[in-house]
Amino acid sequence: MAQIRIENVRKDFGSFTAVQSSSFTVEDGEFFMLLGPSGCGKTTTLRMMAGLELPTSGQIYIDGEEVGQKPASQRDIAFVFQMFALYPHMNVGKNISYPLISQGVPRAQVKKKVAEVAKILDIEDILNKPVGGLSGGDRQRVALGRAIVREPKAFFMDEPLGALDAEFREHMSEELRALHDRMGATTVYVTHDQLEAMQMGDKIVVMNHGVVEQFGVPQQIYDWPATKFVAQFIGSPSMNFLEFHGMLGSGAKQVTLSNTVFEIPTLLSGAKGGLSFGVRPEHVYLDDSSSYKGRVVAVEYLGTTQIITLDTANGSVKARVSSADVVAVGDTVGLHFDVRTVTIFEASSGKALISEANSGVLTHG
Amino acid sequence: MSYSVTEPSSRTKWFAGSMVILYAIITLLPLVWIIATGFKSPSDAIAYPPKVVFTPSLEGYVNLFTERTRVTPQMLEEAGEPTKWYDKIVHEQGAVISGKSRYGERFFNSVIIGFGSTLLCMILGTAAAYAFSRFRIPLKDDLLFFILSTRMMPPIAVSIPIFLMFRQLGLNDTHLGMILLYTAVNLSLSVWLLKGFIDEIPIEYEEAALIDGYTRFQAFYKVVLPQAATGIASTAIFCLIFAWNEYAFAVLLTSGTAQTAPPFIPTIIGVGGKDWPAVAAGATIFLVPVMVFTILLRKHLLRGITFGAVRK
Repeated sequence: MAQIRIENVRKDFGSFTAVQSSSFTVEDGEFFMLLGPSGCGKTTTLRMMAGLELPTSGQIYIDGEEVGQKPASQRDIAFVFQMFALYPHMNVGKNISYPLISQGVPRAQVKKKVAEVAKILDIEDILNKPVGGLSGGDRQRVALGRAIVREPKAFFMDEPLGALDAEFREHMSEELRALHDRMGATTVYVTHDQLEAMQMGDKIVVMNHGVVEQFGVPQQIYDWPATKFVAQFIGSPSMNFLEFHGMLGSGAKQVTLSNTVFEIPTLLSGAKGGLSFGVRPEHVYLDDSSSYKGRVVAVEYLGTTQIITLDTANGSVKARVSSADVVAVGDTVGLHFDVRTVTIFEASSGKALISEANSGVLTHG
Repeated sequence: MSYSVTEPSSRTKWFAGSMVILYAIITLLPLVWIIATGFKSPSDAIAYPPKVVFTPSLEGYVNLFTERTRVTPQMLEEAGEPTKWYDKIVHEQGAVISGKSRYGERFFNSVIIGFGSTLLCMILGTAAAYAFSRFRIPLKDDLLFFILSTRMMPPIAVSIPIFLMFRQLGLNDTHLGMILLYTAVNLSLSVWLLKGFIDEIPIEYEEAALIDGYTRFQAFYKVVLPQAATGIASTAIFCLIFAWNEYAFAVLLTSGTAQTAPPFIPTIIGVGGKDWPAVAAGATIFLVPVMVFTILLRKHLLRGITFGAVRK
């Protein structure tokens, strides 16, 4: 198993830049998520790490060795494809043993290894079956078997659950995570599903338009997004942005939204012009004593909580409140925010202003 | 009793079945005629009304493979009683065998040129199709169109330039020349057909093989080729049928050493009268290799000719 380090990696396809100067580190044994919307460059990044694409520039280190321009066959890694890519002309056992055969492992040992892997994945009874008739879950397990049989330095997975139906996906994601915990293998996992990334990942990289927007543990990314894009992409419903104009200097402790003053975590940097007051829906409270008002336009009942959509002078706001609160469409209610969780964004660049609250997360890299 | 809506009624099945049989009879009739004529005697072959029931004779086949000299009854007497069955057949015509005919050689030329060009076409075609399918090639679409454009006029339209080129290069009447010519004509078809088949094979299979530690060539050889077998087989049949049946270039460019069977068979007619049974025998034998090849690869062929018609 190994640490993987990406330094200033860039990939151009003709005049189109798929990935621009990405840098991050996957620590040994980590379950690492590459998250982003489709076309953001996450799959290209993964393919470059695996050697299926060669970077236009930049370095990739696996276990300390620079492998950026090496072909996949020399990187000693395993890759699980979204469509599994099981060799259709071979049975399950042959599929799993294929990576060992390329390494010239003796036949008896191959057999032993395949049996071992089959046992781990609980697919011993289908070893002699052709891959054509397998269910999605079994295909997934065979693909995993082919990946783990060789004990590679790292596993790369490109939306491995994307081809499964919803119910089974949940089950497989648990199975995958359990497998990772048992083997302790460095795993890089690509997904566009923020929930999956938060559930399974030790660390997450959020990408957009070929740029790494933020990189860190799930909770830090959720609580202290570095950009508006991350704030929007992660969490459902996403973070609210109350748009306002103003000038905030370093050291500012409060902002004024439509004549109501809200305290914010002390800013360590300043900005002026269009600004966004970012707050998560669960940090919005209904409080009739507040002078900041919103009109209820929709109520979504979700069991223990409800999502309330409100119109305010600074734009639409969603609040996640207890279902016990009685709210009706058309009501005008006062709003109050948990000020400790607020992030101010610069509207033009989308970047979060550094404050005392988020500086620990956002300044280390 | 309930009936499925999609299951055809027995009457529809019966009707469909009889249409198929009728069509089969119509298409097979000329074939049956040729095969039967090969086993007729020359007089039966030209009898009017045509004979359906006749005494089979191998005269046509013997005549096909031999050169004969007509001799006087006296000389025939002196030659003594024939020992071999084919000698006997020739004796009955008042002739003796003077040597082998060239049919064997011509047939063998057809085999070399037909299968040789098919093999070459498959090797080059698969490689080119793979490259077009998988790699970023500058001007890819233009190149593919250019390759296709070689099909846009009948090959025979360029027969005179080719004849002159072949004469300059010393390729006239050589096996190599004919193999190259048929390969050139068939290559555009095979590149286009095979590209379609290879496009259908997900690239992830090769990538999985690359990750598993195989080189690009190994991945191509061990993963892509088995997947493309159907496409290769059906393309090979198309190529072979063209090269095997080709007549015009064969007449123009071959006369001796490399002459194939198609231009040779009609010349049999001129040897000692209108010897239709020998012509029919030559045609019958000529049919065999393509038939065998097609039957061997038939399960691929069916998939190949319906290619693209059905979504998997």
